[in-house]
Amino acid sequence: MSRPVHIITLVKWVPDAQLERRFTEQRRLDRSEGILGELDEHPIEAALQLRESLPERSVRVSALTVGPAGASTALKKALQLGADEAFHLADDALAGADIFATSAAAAAAVQKIFETAEFDADEPAEQLILTGMSSEDGESGAVPAQLAERLGVPALTQATELSLTTGHLVVARISGDVQQRLDVRLPAVVSVTDQANDPRYPNFKAIMAAKKKPVTTWALTDLGVAASAVTSRVEVLTAAARPPRTSGQIITDEGDAGAKIVDYLVKERLL
Amino acid sequence: MTNVLVFFDRLDEELSGAQRELLSLAGRIGAVHVVTGADPQVVPQPLSVKGIHDIYTGTGLIEPPDAALADLLETALAESHADVVLGADTPDAVDALARLAVRAETGLITSATDISPDLVVTKQVLAGAYTTTSQVTGEGPLIVTLKPNSVESVVVPGHPQEVTSLPVGPSQQTEVLASEQLPSTGRPPLTEARVVVAAGRGIDGDLSLIEELADELGAAIGASRAATDAGWIDHSAQVGQTGVTVSPQLYISVGISGAIQQKAGMQTSGTIVAINKDEDAPVFEIADFGVVGDLNEVLPQMIEEIRRRRS
Ligand SMILES: Cc1cc2nc3c(=O)[nH]c(=O)nc-3n(C[C@H](O)[C@H](O)[C@H](O)COP(=O)(O)OP(=O)(O)OC[C@H]3O[C@@H](n4cnc5c(N)ncnc54)[C@H](O)[C@@H]3O)c2cc1C
Repeated sequence: MSRPVHIITLVKWVPDAQLERRFTEQRRLDRSEGILGELDEHPIEAALQLRESLPERSVRVSALTVGPAGASTALKKALQLGADEAFHLADDALAGADIFATSAAAAAAVQKIFETAEFDADEPAEQLILTGMSSEDGESGAVPAQLAERLGVPALTQATELSLTTGHLVVARISGDVQQRLDVRLPAVVSVTDQANDPRYPNFKAIMAAKKKPVTTWALTDLGVAASAVTSRVEVLTAAARPPRTSGQIITDEGDAGAKIVDYLVKERLL
Repeated sequence: MTNVLVFFDRLDEELSGAQRELLSLAGRIGAVHVVTGADPQVVPQPLSVKGIHDIYTGTGLIEPPDAALADLLETALAESHADVVLGADTPDAVDALARLAVRAETGLITSATDISPDLVVTKQVLAGAYTTTSQVTGEGPLIVTLKPNSVESVVVPGHPQEVTSLPVGPSQQTEVLASEQLPSTGRPPLTEARVVVAAGRGIDGDLSLIEELADELGAAIGASRAATDAGWIDHSAQVGQTGVTVSPQLYISVGISGAIQQKAGMQTSGTIVAINKDEDAPVFEIADFGVVGDLNEVLPQMIEEIRRRRS
């Protein structure tokens, strides 16, 4: 029997970019409302496509989120999209976590998920961690590499294509102005861009099935992690709303707008 | 004296605009040291500039995404006693610096626009809706990536310098199956261009007017995600949250609605001109000069008028 594959996809519950996003008086992002970040649908889709490309193997997809209570809605969506099970690490000590703290907490959770997973197979599962290209609120894109560093595995970020054969993952990514094709042995952390695939929409059947899938909630103590191990290394001193850019002159074309743009550019010395 | 270690994730024959900005900012903060995974043989030429104290490389070429770049950074950090490590705002630099931050148990701040003499970092967050200032806590160095077009470039040419090769080589963790240079557009690099002409879904697959206008203005071509997703323009031209951030003197937005993710990549442009047939398009909220009209009528006349004035 061939080795099972265990994929953990990291997902984040983020404030909806279509609505107004704001900081609280504690200089933290207001996280009272949120959605599953759209960029995090791509790693889920990538995991499901890997599973579909390996019909002869047992592939488990576990969704993990680190976030407040409300983040369970992001996990619910991940389960509807097709993840098999979900894990939620929620702890007050993680409020306002920076990249350093987030990756420390996520690494502990990833280790626990892999350690406690049971498969009906003789050989241990191959392990892969997939993430989005960046969160839609913090937008650093730095968590995948930090997670890989903490787990002691390679990180291949910004993947636009991926395929899995036994023990090997082949990834396409762009590095500067070079298109790379890389082969890495598992375990590895791979972040997936919004170019990699078109996430599916959950159908009614998938939405109903999601309700029966297991969700495990942990606090830091369940992972044996002390709050002092997940302290942020960056302190936000000020957060000020920027005055929005205002509009200037808007005209309606009456057959002369092309020439009027040129007049404007000349007047502004841009031509 | 503050020591600043500047990390170049890649190095071509000439420094890029973003790399010049990194050296300029570093020079403003303290003594500049440079570390790069580039081939030690080719490093001295592009780095023939004044004000660099040390240049560090590995024993040979170390290329992203090799985690050995973090080993190189860690060794260079110890050598240079850097208080600040600076890199470009590219995924490859972020990856290596992110690992370094774990090893040095310190904070990483990405997409900064400035660093003050007392090491307070300014950046814009939430698609430009907020400006924050922040700093690292604890003893470790401050690790920062700098958004391009953020600081004034003051790099003075100098003589080639000696390179210190540190005892770090590439790892064998990833095998490179293929590595291909992307085709050049023959236009100025998008992030450094003075003028950007950007096309959206409104062009409906026909790039000819956009190219003609870009030719007239010596402009780079940008795009919305809708235009790159449709395959009309290469993804490398995508401006916005999941593409590149540009800040040209002039950004001409054509047939782009102006979603928040698009605005995030272009709203710090000097002047924004927008052409869109829908008067309610959000792009008009930030345009300095907007035309409600059909691009297929406005652009030919605009191109004609530019040619007429030039002749
Ligand atoms: C997580 C995430 C990340 C994203 N990242 C990016 C990003 O990096 N960059 C980006 O651009 N988008 C990004 N998007 C997508 C973004 O939300 C918009 O969907 C996209 O920008 C729309 O592109 P568009 O304006 O070209 O198309 P549309 O919104 O369809 O607008 C087309 C416009 O063209 C106008 N038009 C049509 N015909 C004509 C004509 N003949 N003459 C004049 N005007 C005409 C229409 O009035 C309309 O306003 C992202 C979305 C998400 C969820």
